[in-house]
Amino acid sequence: MEDPDAAELTGPVFGVTDVSPLDADLTRRHLAEPLGERITVEGRVLDRDGRPVRGQLVEVWQANAAGRYRHQGDGHPAPLDPNFTGAGRCLTDDEGYYRFTTIKPGAYPWRNHVNAWRPAHIHFSVFGRAFAQRLVTQMYFPNDPLLPYDPVLNSVTDERARARLVAAYDHDLSVPEWSLGYRWDITLDGPAATWTEHGR
Amino acid sequence: MKPTPSQTIGPFYGYALPFAGGGDIRGGDIRGGDIRGGDIARGGITVHGHVYDGAGAPVSDALLEFWQADPSGGLRGAPGTLRRDPVTGAIIGRDGVAFTGFGRTPTDADGHWTLRTHTPGNGYISVCLFARGLLHHLYTRVYLGAEPSGPLADALTPERRRALAAVEEREGVYRFDIHMQGEKETVFLDFA
Repeated sequence: MEDPDAAELTGPVFGVTDVSPLDADLTRRHLAEPLGERITVEGRVLDRDGRPVRGQLVEVWQANAAGRYRHQGDGHPAPLDPNFTGAGRCLTDDEGYYRFTTIKPGAYPWRNHVNAWRPAHIHFSVFGRAFAQRLVTQMYFPNDPLLPYDPVLNSVTDERARARLVAAYDHDLSVPEWSLGYRWDITLDGPAATWTEHGR
Repeated sequence: MKPTPSQTIGPFYGYALPFAGGGDIRGGDIRGGDIRGGDIARGGITVHGHVYDGAGAPVSDALLEFWQADPSGGLRGAPGTLRRDPVTGAIIGRDGVAFTGFGRTPTDADGHWTLRTHTPGNGYISVCLFARGLLHHLYTRVYLGAEPSGPLADALTPERRRALAAVEEREGVYRFDIHMQGEKETVFLDFA
């Protein structure tokens, strides 16, 4: 069904008033440095034609280095870090780049099945130019031995599509004496002026 | 280019995505104010409802996002939904001058959500639903007022068309429940 006037072909707008400069550095939100391996995660948000998605909001959340979320629902008996919350925001720049400084999250057990462990991952929430381009997903780390065992990652059944959820180690992005660099680009789907009823 | 696959929002987004006043698109509105009755007269509405799973149980950890036209039907939006205090970094929210058109709210322990906004000029509010049990978020629309109309509504059966209409419980207060699965499944939309 065609509807060129559909509200979902437009979307919310964000600007410099919506983010604070410290939002993109998850290691500077408390009095002291968090424990863990400091990393920089950088990449571009693109549309399906490869055009940069500019000035849009990217939000992240993650567990701390011990694999514990700052959420009362997380019952994993690992320590909370008083110097780490694990949430960040930034706007993409004119070339579609986002960039976060954080610490590498730990793997953690969950009760999905016996001996179920989530590989280290960072949750991403991304806005495109259209509400229909909205994306919430998870970024994984390369060569993580837990990847083949994770039902969440493997809910994406196509192997090549799964590979698009795994960041690459980027030595040029690593900062000497400071942090290791990971690169992960995001491609947003749609939007199309056509819609269908879900599952019908 | 191939799109990045979607993944579940999971259960722990709560300290990252929701923000104070997220469900109050009308927030800080210099037109709305708190004068008794004045809010409704100026087009202020409250839309609320529950999110239910396939078994009819309330979903207490869903996240809803809203995108809508301004009262005259404009879809340009504006920045400033999350407007920040430059000293503390705290979210102080909309300034009440620009209509941002964007809202976000988690469901509460009873699976309930509330949105305070203005009546959109084009008759509907777009809704994006995220929940732990969803690999991919779901889109629907809340139609306000009379029978839903337009290209989408016209393509539906009368029964499903009516299902997209919020129920006006009293003046200015609308109810719209979302059923993620089952017999009463909400009309969800795919933007392929």
